[in-house]
Amino acid sequence: MRLSGVDHRSGIGRGVQMPQIDAPGVPRPVALVSVLLLLGLWWAIAAWLGDPRHAPGPDLVLPRLWEGVVTGTMLPDLGATLGRVVIAFAIAMGIGTALGLLLGVMPALDRWLDPWLTIALNIPALVTIVLCYLWIGLNETAAIAAVAINKIPMVAVMLREGARARDPALGDLARLHQMPALARLRHILLPQLAPHLSAAARAGIALIWKIVLVVEFLGRSNGIGFRIHLDFQVFDIAGVLAHALAFVAIMLAVEWLLLAPLARRANRWRQP
Amino acid sequence: MISLDLRSKAHGRTQVLGPMRIEVAPGEVLGISGPSGIGKSTLLRIVAGLDTRFDGRLDAPAERAMVFQSPTLLPWRSVLDNITIPTQCRPEAARAMLARVGLAGHEAAWPGQLSLGQARRVALARAFVGTPRMLLMDEPFSSLDADRISDLLTLTQDLIAQHRPAVILASHSAAELDALATRRAHLSGRPAHLDYLETRLRAGS
Repeated sequence: MRLSGVDHRSGIGRGVQMPQIDAPGVPRPVALVSVLLLLGLWWAIAAWLGDPRHAPGPDLVLPRLWEGVVTGTMLPDLGATLGRVVIAFAIAMGIGTALGLLLGVMPALDRWLDPWLTIALNIPALVTIVLCYLWIGLNETAAIAAVAINKIPMVAVMLREGARARDPALGDLARLHQMPALARLRHILLPQLAPHLSAAARAGIALIWKIVLVVEFLGRSNGIGFRIHLDFQVFDIAGVLAHALAFVAIMLAVEWLLLAPLARRANRWRQP
Repeated sequence: MISLDLRSKAHGRTQVLGPMRIEVAPGEVLGISGPSGIGKSTLLRIVAGLDTRFDGRLDAPAERAMVFQSPTLLPWRSVLDNITIPTQCRPEAARAMLARVGLAGHEAAWPGQLSLGQARRVALARAFVGTPRMLLMDEPFSSLDADRISDLLTLTQDLIAQHRPAVILASHSAAELDALATRRAHLSGRPAHLDYLETRLRAGS
């Protein structure tokens, strides 16, 4: 995901300035070749080092990955991790969006809460996770809460920018015609926020799954993070890489098959 | 009928508008001229009910419409939706009004595909579709070529004659004011005051 500055086109009805997000879309041939090259490089380095225990090549890792997926031994853990990612993502986006909108439309509140947000943004994820486990206990609630709390400030900051960048003229139009609240939300507010929501969602999903692994590593008894913990204890580097690759593949699929098409749909009015 | 009895309007501690009275009857067009930044837009926003933080009394019809300085369309909705969604009118009414302003066939277009002149026509269609009893126009034709303006002026004249709303037009273009206004006033000074210019009778008003 790239955020490339601000849209300065000044055509009709483009008074709203919003960040442009490049949708990566379907992987292009170049991307596929590039991934293959990376695999080749990995294989070459592993072969050159000649130490399969410390530096396993793709010839050792990929069969482990294939076996885990085909025989289904990896699937329950992939499912558990994905479930946590989805729930934590939904909570973080919901609360973060509400908070960001509130701060964006109420400058007085924002002046008071902005320092809190800055502090929250700078609390290391590990501290939140440890505190959640200590306060709530070693359970699912603590795990989900820790991930969501980590992500909420970032969503709030991005959506606050979105709320601030609203076109006041469109608000006037809605008030002039006394549009119902739901219609304002659907036709005026959300479309203006769409680029910010999309950026927050894509940055969020990338961050959240990484934190979920740490949460699982530290205090869960299933999920990819837990499996990596087991691999870690028996010094199984090929296992760590196989588990990580499995989840990277799932997250890439989510990005390409779900988030990118959604972003394209929300941006279709920009196409001439 | 628009009736405003304004005592004062301030932005923070600065008084922007001084005491003034405005009365506009249906079918009448009050043209207000004055330098940029004098408070024409502020005055129109007060009459439109968009700015209620003023000292005075406003009596204006609820069926109101406004043509803003920029077309103010929703770029993410089609031209047709841009008329039906804000005004909550029926699609047939919106289609008819689009045809009336010369945009039949553009219903499905995105606003970004229109020229500025076409976008301004959409804004006119949106303003007139609900048969408003009060219409406020704030520099409605700014940044258009002269020949496009004359087309739009004729169209606006016809729509006003047909629907007969009470209109206030803020503009610093003499051509626009001459073509549309049945009465003229000038806003000047700080805080601004309103001076009515000679009443001019126009054919058909």
